Amino acid sequence: MLHRIFAIFRARNLEFVRDRSSMGWNIVLPVILVFGLSFVFANERNQFTVGVLNTQPVEVPNEHSFFDVRYIDFVNIVDRDTGFRKVSRHQLDLLVEFGDVNQYWVNPESPKGYFAELALLQSDANSTLQKQKIVGDAIRYVDWVLPGILGMNMMFSCLFGVGYVVVRYRKNGFLKRLRATPLRSIEFVIAQVASRLLLILAITAFVYAGTHYFLDTRMEGSLLTLFLVALLGAVSLISLGLLVAARVTSEELAGGLLNMTTWPMMMLSGVWFSLESAGEWVNRVANIFPLTHILSAAREIMIDGAALSDIASQLTILTAMSIVFLLTGAAIFRWRAQ
Amino acid sequence: MTTALEARNLRKQYPDTLAVDGVSFDVEEGICFGLLGPNGAGKTTTVEIIEGVTPATSGQVFYYGEPAGARFREEAGIQFQNTALQDYLSVVETLQMFQSLYERKADLPQIIEDCSLGELLDRDNRKLSGGQRQRLLLAVALVNNPKLVFLDEPTTGLDPQARRNFWSLVDRIRGNGTTVILTTHYMDEAEILCDEIAIMDAGKIITRGSPSELLQAQYKNVIIELPLADVTGDLSSVDPKISETRQVVEVATDDVNAMLQTLANNTSGLNRVKIRQPNLEDLFLDLTGHSLRA
Repeated sequence: MLHRIFAIFRARNLEFVRDRSSMGWNIVLPVILVFGLSFVFANERNQFTVGVLNTQPVEVPNEHSFFDVRYIDFVNIVDRDTGFRKVSRHQLDLLVEFGDVNQYWVNPESPKGYFAELALLQSDANSTLQKQKIVGDAIRYVDWVLPGILGMNMMFSCLFGVGYVVVRYRKNGFLKRLRATPLRSIEFVIAQVASRLLLILAITAFVYAGTHYFLDTRMEGSLLTLFLVALLGAVSLISLGLLVAARVTSEELAGGLLNMTTWPMMMLSGVWFSLESAGEWVNRVANIFPLTHILSAAREIMIDGAALSDIASQLTILTAMSIVFLLTGAAIFRWRAQ
Repeated sequence: MTTALEARNLRKQYPDTLAVDGVSFDVEEGICFGLLGPNGAGKTTTVEIIEGVTPATSGQVFYYGEPAGARFREEAGIQFQNTALQDYLSVVETLQMFQSLYERKADLPQIIEDCSLGELLDRDNRKLSGGQRQRLLLAVALVNNPKLVFLDEPTTGLDPQARRNFWSLVDRIRGNGTTVILTTHYMDEAEILCDEIAIMDAGKIITRGSPSELLQAQYKNVIIELPLADVTGDLSSVDPKISETRQVVEVATDDVNAMLQTLANNTSGLNRVKIRQPNLEDLFLDLTGHSLRA
């Protein structure tokens, strides 16, 4: 069994590596995106953003004169820890709370926080505000989007690189030829998974190392834990690609199905922007996609320094998805075009 | 003799076509068995059912007395009519990949030599000519030192020289004791290579036997052929067969002298007359009423 899997694994690797245009694109696309976005969003926020802490179930009307200051976006924050985290990462310039005690939190290392604080103090004639400090380095957009771009590249490479190729093999009769050998469908499927896994992990590691080196991106957690997320994430995406391609015989249909699978993930899994403030149903829908769990786990590791136990739920979901996709794909796998 | 392969009442029903209609035959070990018929006769479907790549609607296939299964796949070598190979692999890498899929291994250098692939080993699959590609596909079918080889229209598209080289190769394979099952619509190929043939039409086997036995059983005479343009009189008394496509008239006779005299009286001359033995194409025409390449 193993020698058959290895034979198909090796042949697929050679095909991929020698197809220089495809391999080049797999490397160049994420690099261009990361560096391009890093440049474009170097000065990403022109407005000031102030969080208004309101842990009450009902929204309290804000009558303080600070809310009349122009060029400030006020966003409602219901969770105290979330507000603190955003201030520490410079995602909020200031966090204010008006109630029994009027207080605010500012990051002393944030230039915009400094000016937002001046505006607040100037608007508070009675000077009743209590100041709290929260320290932490800024989270640049590139730090936040890097996992998204790497995940997106993995998604396209795994789904199209496996799904589309399997349909091509089926259509041109190569699968039929393999069917006439002792090779079993599960062996073929495992070989395809292993081949794409090796290649996409190598490419992702290469791109991550390069961007981390040149852009000094944030990495608070363990590289080993991040690798585990990438590994399970890639397996789940490859398995999904195999499932989509398990019976399809037309490249046009395969393209359509793969697009139908990838684009919702692009939009709803948090590749480019956070969906925290989106509706609850959007987040529920997003949870059916493996990419959502990959990105959430990766960001928790890279930005928050999450440990293995913190991302156990995402890893469990990715493992379950992989098993379901892989077994279903192998069970319904079709060798022939007709 | 041992029966290597047995097909029992194979049937393949597609939504709008009955492609194979109750086909049964057996193949003795070590012979070259030809399955002949025009395009669309059902021979490729029949063979693919036997090979296990197309499921039959009903019927059974036995390999050395057992239902064809894992042992069959391990011991059979198959050359499909149209097969793509993996892109970006060289000839030798392709052979090595396929050989790795089997427990049984042939002597690869010997196959490379037999199939004249020595000078092509490092060439990309995609850059092979038609003849080179056919030789590679045959080599792929031989990498497991098969006891049974299927060749589906192996010389379609090859030039005459390449076809003859291919025939020599198949002859050598059969000489090694390997059973060969050949599907073709080239009658000359079948006459040269096959010990036994079965002719298919409309999904059924219409006759079966060795080429010489079938021709001897059907014909006791020779065929005289002359151009249609040379006919000046009435030949209805000699039961002529007129080919509009080839613009010739054919008459069968067991008395050549008498027939030539009759033709001389009803044609502009006998300078362009040909006398030949009946062949499998004639047999097929007589059995089915239509040409093999119709």
